[in-house]
Amino acid sequence: MSTIALHDEHNHDHADHGHHKETLISKYIFSMDHKMIAKQFLITGIIMAVIAMGLSILFRIQLAWPDQNFPFLETFLGKWAEGGRIKPDFYLALVTIHGTIMVFFVLTAGLSGTFSNLLIPLQIGARDMASPFLNMLSYWFFFMACVIMMSSFFIQTGPASGGWTVYPPLSVVAKAMPGSGMGMTLWLISMVLFVASSLMGGINYVSTILNMRTKGMDLWKMPLPIWAFFLTAILGILSFPVLVAGVVLMVFDRSFGTSFYLSDIVMGTDILPNEGGSPILWQHLFWFLGHPEVYIVIMPALGISSEVISVNSRKPIFGYHAMVYSLIGITVLSFIVWGHHMFVTGMNPLLGGVFMITTLIIAVPSAVKTFNYLATLWRGNIRFTPAMLFAIGLVSFFISGGLTGIFLGNASLDINLHDTYFVVAHFHLVMGSAAIFGMLAGVYHWFPRMFGKMMNAKLGYLHFWLTFIAAYLVFFPLHFLGLDGVPRRYYAFTEFEFMKKWLTVNVFVTWAAILAALAQVAFLFNFFYSIFKGKKAPQNPWEANTLEWTAPVEHIHGNWPGEIPTVYRWPYDYSKPGHDVDFIPQTVPFSQTMSSNLPHDFEGNAEAEKIQQDWELANPVKENN
Amino acid sequence: MSLRKFITNKTTAALAVLLTVFANTSAFAQEAAAGAAAAPKVDMGEVYKSVIFYTLIFLAVCVFIAIIGKSIKVYELSREAQGKPIGINWNGVHASLFALFLVLGLYGVYWEYTVHGSMLLPDAASEHGKKIDEMFNLTLIITTIVFIATHILLFGFAYIYKYSAKRKAYYYPHNNTIEKIWTIVPALVLTVLVLMGFLTWRSIFFKVEDPNNKPLQIEVTSEQFKWSIRYPGADGIVGKKNYKLTTASNTLGIDFKDLNSRDDEMADEMVIPVGKPIKLILNSKDVIHSFYMPHFRVQLNTVPGMQTIFEFTPTKTTRQMQEETNDPNFKFLFFCAKICGSGHWNMQKDVRVVSEAEYKTWIAEQKTYLNDDLRKQFNLPVAPAPAKPAAEGDSLATDSAAVKGNQMALNK
Repeated sequence: MSTIALHDEHNHDHADHGHHKETLISKYIFSMDHKMIAKQFLITGIIMAVIAMGLSILFRIQLAWPDQNFPFLETFLGKWAEGGRIKPDFYLALVTIHGTIMVFFVLTAGLSGTFSNLLIPLQIGARDMASPFLNMLSYWFFFMACVIMMSSFFIQTGPASGGWTVYPPLSVVAKAMPGSGMGMTLWLISMVLFVASSLMGGINYVSTILNMRTKGMDLWKMPLPIWAFFLTAILGILSFPVLVAGVVLMVFDRSFGTSFYLSDIVMGTDILPNEGGSPILWQHLFWFLGHPEVYIVIMPALGISSEVISVNSRKPIFGYHAMVYSLIGITVLSFIVWGHHMFVTGMNPLLGGVFMITTLIIAVPSAVKTFNYLATLWRGNIRFTPAMLFAIGLVSFFISGGLTGIFLGNASLDINLHDTYFVVAHFHLVMGSAAIFGMLAGVYHWFPRMFGKMMNAKLGYLHFWLTFIAAYLVFFPLHFLGLDGVPRRYYAFTEFEFMKKWLTVNVFVTWAAILAALAQVAFLFNFFYSIFKGKKAPQNPWEANTLEWTAPVEHIHGNWPGEIPTVYRWPYDYSKPGHDVDFIPQTVPFSQTMSSNLPHDFEGNAEAEKIQQDWELANPVKENN
Repeated sequence: MSLRKFITNKTTAALAVLLTVFANTSAFAQEAAAGAAAAPKVDMGEVYKSVIFYTLIFLAVCVFIAIIGKSIKVYELSREAQGKPIGINWNGVHASLFALFLVLGLYGVYWEYTVHGSMLLPDAASEHGKKIDEMFNLTLIITTIVFIATHILLFGFAYIYKYSAKRKAYYYPHNNTIEKIWTIVPALVLTVLVLMGFLTWRSIFFKVEDPNNKPLQIEVTSEQFKWSIRYPGADGIVGKKNYKLTTASNTLGIDFKDLNSRDDEMADEMVIPVGKPIKLILNSKDVIHSFYMPHFRVQLNTVPGMQTIFEFTPTKTTRQMQEETNDPNFKFLFFCAKICGSGHWNMQKDVRVVSEAEYKTWIAEQKTYLNDDLRKQFNLPVAPAPAKPAAEGDSLATDSAAVKGNQMALNK
């Protein structure tokens, strides 16, 4: 306890006479303030998301109308779409970069980076991150990674195009495809920078949460987003280095003639000298990160939605402890399920059986979370703010996409579903749509905290309904393509008789995707317009309990003027019987809420219980109210 | 003042908006109709592809949405100015929309299951495939029940428990019994699925070979962007390969010093006898591909530098399938399912399942990989090849004779 107190004092001093002159550069560009860094992550993430969404529309156009020319494509893409038709190589580059950007830059950095940075100090009551400088570096490494990834669109051979999983030898042997040349080198450089960024962020999140909580904020009083960010950061710290190891070996194979992933390869009649490696090794290394990665993507979204659902149902989250334990369960299990991506890669079938067992076990904590969300809604008093709508959408996607995971996690069923559109549909629902909805819920919910302004709710409603419906229209039919055996990453379905019946579905899906993309205009307009012209936000717009709403609307360095507030209770005292309003912030001590205290609140503190009993004797409750 | 009154009057405002919208649409409709009448044969194809066309449509939609937004605002402000309660109960609107979404969504799911669900692969044409299909159906039933039940609860709760100022939510932080139930029940259901899946998986990949019904070996080698099929010849064993031996004439790098490879035969399509176990030996020359044969529920990656093996037994001939599916053009096929380069999307081969007798006639017609060029390359005597058309029955004997001859040649 004493260390925390000391820390507070130190920060306090800093806040008091730390008002050195802020220049434009130190405030907006090389900022070390966690709130500004959060905004930087968010806006970069949004820009990357728009780019990746644009790429997806391009390849959806190709899939829907494989035999038509679109002159505007040539205008934009030049030689990659000669005659207005996307080339097969560039099609693969599009899906590769779409996947890479979405998974890493949007749903990892854009989601974790934004909300961990914004909420960790504000919700646990800290003046800033443990290491603001590292935090700044984290953003700038991420930014460089984005720039380098995008720069690969401006080189002769085009961006990496071996799929976002960049399996060797396809990605290593430059002759295998144009994208495996310079584009792949840039992909690897970008990924190393990205992992460095993510590690700096993760170490910061963990140390801040462990060391800098305000007085009274013990671990079991932390809001669920913080738990989610904490476990996500641990997951990232333990798994991302493995990806770097894999990436470094790949750089060696590509540039220095080693054979970690290569053996017995003949390109045409050209016999490569590499011997003794194994392409399967990359898959193990990649998925050792790759699977935790999908939980790195979804857990912050689940944490955010827990908070949003609880606040807007005006009810405590059901089973707070179960929610935390299920997050811990997911964290631990996610390290031992990576093999389910490799059931049919020729990995020893014995391992397939083992990984199937661990994979299906992970469905249990996920199911617990879903049921707890439902129980939270039950008998709530639900306010449909845009954030709440998106959180409900997340639950729906999480169910729909999660259930199809039971098919894919089953090794026997995976034989016929592996690498088909069923997989595409599955992960776009459970990890793509669900995580994006979590991110959007977070943006709508904490926008007032980030920018001091309110977003337009009605545009938010429009945005939600269009996106929610369009996402289902896009991804639900895709399951059936997969069940019919249509593989993913096919440039066109025209060469197979049995696939031709899906062409009309492809047209439909593409229109739905275009609708979804246009719906985002409502969000983008709302977001940027509200930053400048939005209504001024009140102190606590959603009547929430957590600490961030006690900080002044105008951002100050150090978050709170004067002392950091002390925490007395858990964050979910909504609609507590006996209290006059339906929320009690964490900073309100039990002594001020004598009429609503429950025996459970005192955690076995005999003295406090005694005081409460005395009070109750003195103030008999009117039983029938 | 009168103007202000006019605007704040919600009925007038709403009417004005409706009138504008209606007038616009009907004007457009008239124009369009006039245009259509004047020039019925205008080719709109180029227009539909131009960016400007869609940009204009999009801008029109944006303006329309902005008008609606403004009119809602005017309506709400007017309510406020008149001191009446809030104009639109958005919580009610969303609750109803969720209920509507639930109903339409359930219908949509039913439609998908019946319409798209009937366009799927026919029943499995292999022994293990039937087990996979059973597993699939069981999993589908369980997940569909959970899917529908949870969604009814989710959207149902959203509808029932919408905000009301009169009500207070029920403070219900936890209930250990309920939580235990919904931890244990999914765990049990999943245990059943895991066990069944595990046993099915074992039965597919850990087969005990029946000495009386030895599997037919077929080797499939992938490369960008084609497949090569190698039949074992009379000895029933596909011979060794060594990638270092690859040349323009020996594209697979077959090692003809291995006696087993000398009678290996090449084929343009995969022809397999019904009811006989087939052992696929898969390998790749360049990058990873995936051998995917969905009708038989067979998929396994082909990996350079390593062999992967999948064993299955076809249960239906192509002709049977054509009758079952009522499609005289039906054919089995296998294709690539792992991204492998620009030709990934068209890397296929036909598969024909035939009776044992038909298979025997077909296989007898196939050429061996070993030809005169290769014989020279491997210092083998250029074969007089007298006894090649030997009857199927004793091909083994003649073959072994040929092998002996070759061996002698080698020893020389």
